Amino acid sequence: MSITAQQAATPPVSVTPVLEGRGLTKYFSVKHGRGLFAGTARLFAVDDVTIALAAGTVTALVGESGSGKTTVARMLAKIINPDGGEVRLDGKPVPHGRPRSYARQVQMVFQDPFASLNPIHRISYNLVRPLTIHHLGGDDVNEAVEELLRRVALEPPQQFTRKFPHELSGGQRQRVAIARALSVRPRVLLADEPVSMLDVSIRLGILNLLADLRDRDRLAILYVTHDIASARYLADTIVVMYAGQVVETAPSTRLTDYPAHPYTQLLLSAAPDPDRAEPPSLAGSGAPPSLITPPSGCRFHPRCPHAMAICSTTAPPSVTVGPGHASNCWLHVDSSRRVPDNPEVVAAKASSTSMRPSAAPPK
Amino acid sequence: MSEMSPSAPAPSTPSHSFTRQAEPVLEIRGLNVDYGFGTEAVHAVVDCDLVLRRGQVLGLAGESGSGKSTLSMAAIRLLRSPGVITGGEVLFHPRPVEGESSGATIDLLRADEAALRRVRWSEISVVFQSALNALNPVITIGAQFDDLLKVHRPHLSSAQRWDRGVELLEMVGMTGDRLRSYSHELSGGMRQRAMIAMALALEPQVMILDEPTTALDVVTQREILEELMGLRDRLGFAALFITHDLSLLVELADEIVVMYAGRLMERAPAASLFRAPRVPYTYGLLHCFPPMHGERKPMEGIPGSPPDLRALPSGCSFHPRCPWAMERCRKETPVLTRIDASGREAACWLHSDGATVPTELAVADPGDRGLSAATRRVAR
Amino acid sequence: MSTDVTTLLAGPEPAPTARGSRAIRFPRSPKIIAGLVILAVFAVLAIIGPIISPYSPNEINQNWVKITCQQGPGLCIGEIKDGVPGGYVPLEVPLGPSSAHPLGTTLLGQDVWSQLLNATRPTLVVAFLAGLVATALSILVGVSAGYLGGSADEGLSLLSNVFLAIPGLPLLIVLASYVPGADTSVIVIGLIVALTGWAYGSRVLRAQTLSLRNRDFVEAARVSGEGRLRIILAEVMPNLLPIIASSFLFTTLYAIGAYVSLAFLGLAGTPTSSPAGPWNWGIMLQQVFDNNAVNTGYWWWWLPPGICIALVGTSLALLNFGIDEFINPRLRAVGLTRKAARKAGIGFRATLGFTPVVGGQKAPVSSVSGSNDGREGSAR
Repeated sequence: MSITAQQAATPPVSVTPVLEGRGLTKYFSVKHGRGLFAGTARLFAVDDVTIALAAGTVTALVGESGSGKTTVARMLAKIINPDGGEVRLDGKPVPHGRPRSYARQVQMVFQDPFASLNPIHRISYNLVRPLTIHHLGGDDVNEAVEELLRRVALEPPQQFTRKFPHELSGGQRQRVAIARALSVRPRVLLADEPVSMLDVSIRLGILNLLADLRDRDRLAILYVTHDIASARYLADTIVVMYAGQVVETAPSTRLTDYPAHPYTQLLLSAAPDPDRAEPPSLAGSGAPPSLITPPSGCRFHPRCPHAMAICSTTAPPSVTVGPGHASNCWLHVDSSRRVPDNPEVVAAKASSTSMRPSAAPPK
Repeated sequence: MSEMSPSAPAPSTPSHSFTRQAEPVLEIRGLNVDYGFGTEAVHAVVDCDLVLRRGQVLGLAGESGSGKSTLSMAAIRLLRSPGVITGGEVLFHPRPVEGESSGATIDLLRADEAALRRVRWSEISVVFQSALNALNPVITIGAQFDDLLKVHRPHLSSAQRWDRGVELLEMVGMTGDRLRSYSHELSGGMRQRAMIAMALALEPQVMILDEPTTALDVVTQREILEELMGLRDRLGFAALFITHDLSLLVELADEIVVMYAGRLMERAPAASLFRAPRVPYTYGLLHCFPPMHGERKPMEGIPGSPPDLRALPSGCSFHPRCPWAMERCRKETPVLTRIDASGREAACWLHSDGATVPTELAVADPGDRGLSAATRRVAR
Repeated sequence: MSTDVTTLLAGPEPAPTARGSRAIRFPRSPKIIAGLVILAVFAVLAIIGPIISPYSPNEINQNWVKITCQQGPGLCIGEIKDGVPGGYVPLEVPLGPSSAHPLGTTLLGQDVWSQLLNATRPTLVVAFLAGLVATALSILVGVSAGYLGGSADEGLSLLSNVFLAIPGLPLLIVLASYVPGADTSVIVIGLIVALTGWAYGSRVLRAQTLSLRNRDFVEAARVSGEGRLRIILAEVMPNLLPIIASSFLFTTLYAIGAYVSLAFLGLAGTPTSSPAGPWNWGIMLQQVFDNNAVNTGYWWWWLPPGICIALVGTSLALLNFGIDEFINPRLRAVGLTRKAARKAGIGFRATLGFTPVVGGQKAPVSSVSGSNDGREGSAR
């Protein structure tokens, strides 16, 4: 387990990412209104999200429920098709639909290990099928299956092949689900909240397995989670989403130690942390906005303690605030570029400098 | 058999300074709960003792299947079939009535249905994890407040009941017009707030909070917990807070009890438990939460999985996962007992005579110096 | 599974668990056993009925009577005699059960037992053929609609809704009167019944498929590159089996009713006409009613076919209930608990919301308990 080795805090050098989502947008049609005025409205679950997964790295996608993080993972897995933007594999756009060759490259692990394995199939079936579909079994399918089970630390493998999912514990099931994803020897693993349904005492085991897959097999891993502490532990890069949009991207320890976006700061102050000396003061209470009628400008502005006039009118650009660290916030835009510059805004900005640790980045 | 007495190790006399001030309000002694009967019975809770003191937040931590919810539901006899209480007593000490020294103590396990109904909700209320299931979906929040108050506060007029509903909702940070909403029209956090308001409606002395914020996002969770703790300070109820999230509990509770496979493993003030765990399971559990600060280090969690209650390991249930397991741990089951002069309690053979305590489990107890945030706030 | 699994299983046999190693365990419910026994009896009758039938069901075994009237009107003595009529007139009265006719005879002297034996096979063939074909149709339409979604779903749903909306019996009557062969062939009549009875099952299957198709395991199969047909057949359909079975039983029950009704209305052929239609329980009842046998007390004529219809219906319903319990564990649990409680000698009134407290103070289980040596822990 070489989490510390990956630790070096230098952001991954920008080679072509294995898998990339560019400007991904997804809306769902929902019923809106009541009675006579009921109609369908568009719910913008994901709005213009760009995310890149490089080989041998874990990218964490962090956000609250409804932030669109799972939808992004599903678009990358091509379970659902984006309404805008494109998915690129090795820099080449992937055609619509779901070609089998794509399944060879990109695999997914689901949140609920109790739901992601069909209760009527034995463990061996789950692992043999992908091998058969993609003609990967080689001469000895059984040996391949046992090797997969060993890879996810289910030993001795013979004890597991015949079993049904209900005979396994949650952690063991999630390991089987990971083994199934690994069976086609993919290059990208999309893990959608893989530990949130598991008991706390076995979560680290799964996270360490993912870290091991990254280090040994050079997999590009997307780790979708709402738990920022586990993202910090596992990931090289953390991408924070709010209300369907990316608000901040940074190397993981940098993001948790020097959060730049007010929402990230809020998220961090709310996370359980027994080491904290004082009870946290939440900056920006309230709930995420409706995605049917999202706020204009920055979607966080109604909750933001540092909101300025421009925040409610214009969506903030992505601003580089440090090495590999980008924040979508007007606070970080040079004041000369901001259009309305009335005294109120300047005051707000001055008072907010204390909340901008990234203004003085480390090193 | 162990040389130790199998009876409860005198739970009501902890020597920690901050717990001594308050009177017990709910005492659980030697509680045993089974699922099923006879030979098929699964022992979900075995010989558990808990003391909840007035104004205290007692944290009950454990993984799924540890029996933490079973314990609390059995204590107020809300456990569903096939749950059966097979022994113990649950003493509820009502608020002292003026002029008398104390009210009449009730054993909830021997109380009849009428007595239980009197105590439930008006004295001991419950907030469940899923407010969506706990709230009636076909009537408004206001109508549910109305029903509740009509039964328990018959002297209130309809308008007074409505005002009380508004007051309660405002107390938990909602606006009064939410009384007109149905539960499905509220967000998860709002539903949980409404549930808490309803639990507070009759000014109970005890609130049982069974994973009240597990289904919520961290920001909402933090907001609700802060409100809850503020209300605790104002209204002075005692809370039994049940969760799997030990890191949250350390911030929140005055005292923490750790459960594993139906038994209590360790009981200590929150800061002591966090800084200086005495039981390998607690130690392991604390090391399952990656820190938010400092250098990232590989962590191992706890090997293996929580046990199946139908096939528990012999001796100490934790021994197959314990890095310090001894021969004795495989054969004899430890019980929660006082292990040192400061009053720390642990169920672990490592602290018995003749065993060497690993350095990890012998860290100096910070005592009062490391009081949790919640306790500090009360002390202010 | 196309791959050879048997060699895969060559490893050491896993430790047997309490639940056994099968995904779908055969439910040993008394309801299912009773249903299966009754159905088996009728199946045997259907197979061997025509062989063991003592008479031909059409054989008119007329009794003749010679009436001799002595000394004036009112004092006539009838002498019954089998055989050639010579001065005898036919006796138009059904005879009660006797050794020659265990279930008596009809008005025409036909043996009721033989009729019953010969009617069983066509009735059951029509019922199960209709059940099978209708279930196949409902799977085809329902599962496709549910899984494919979109415009395919809309078209197929429209089709099944149309069939649901048309009143069943009038459609049956129209079809039975106009389709050639309906009066002679059990196959044709079975198909007609199937055509009117598949829609309900298809609605149920569509709904269930809709909920299954977005389950994680189906999406996981999609992500691993499985084809659409394979997903329907290997992932979705097996999970629909209990519902398919239930739908089959329901449709079969419907088919018996429909076939009997058609025959009763004279639309399923007459056994004595040319070409002859098959005997069935509906024809028997029709003849009973034509001859006013119910009111005149010839119970041996109308009771047997009535009981047969009721028994087959009961057996199908019992099987359906059994499957229901199997699908919905909550129905099963209550029964088991009560039974187990009684078996354990615990008599208590299980009131909803009041967990029972049983037994006295149990001695605390503090030492060796359980026997399994942490198999979960060693698995990692």
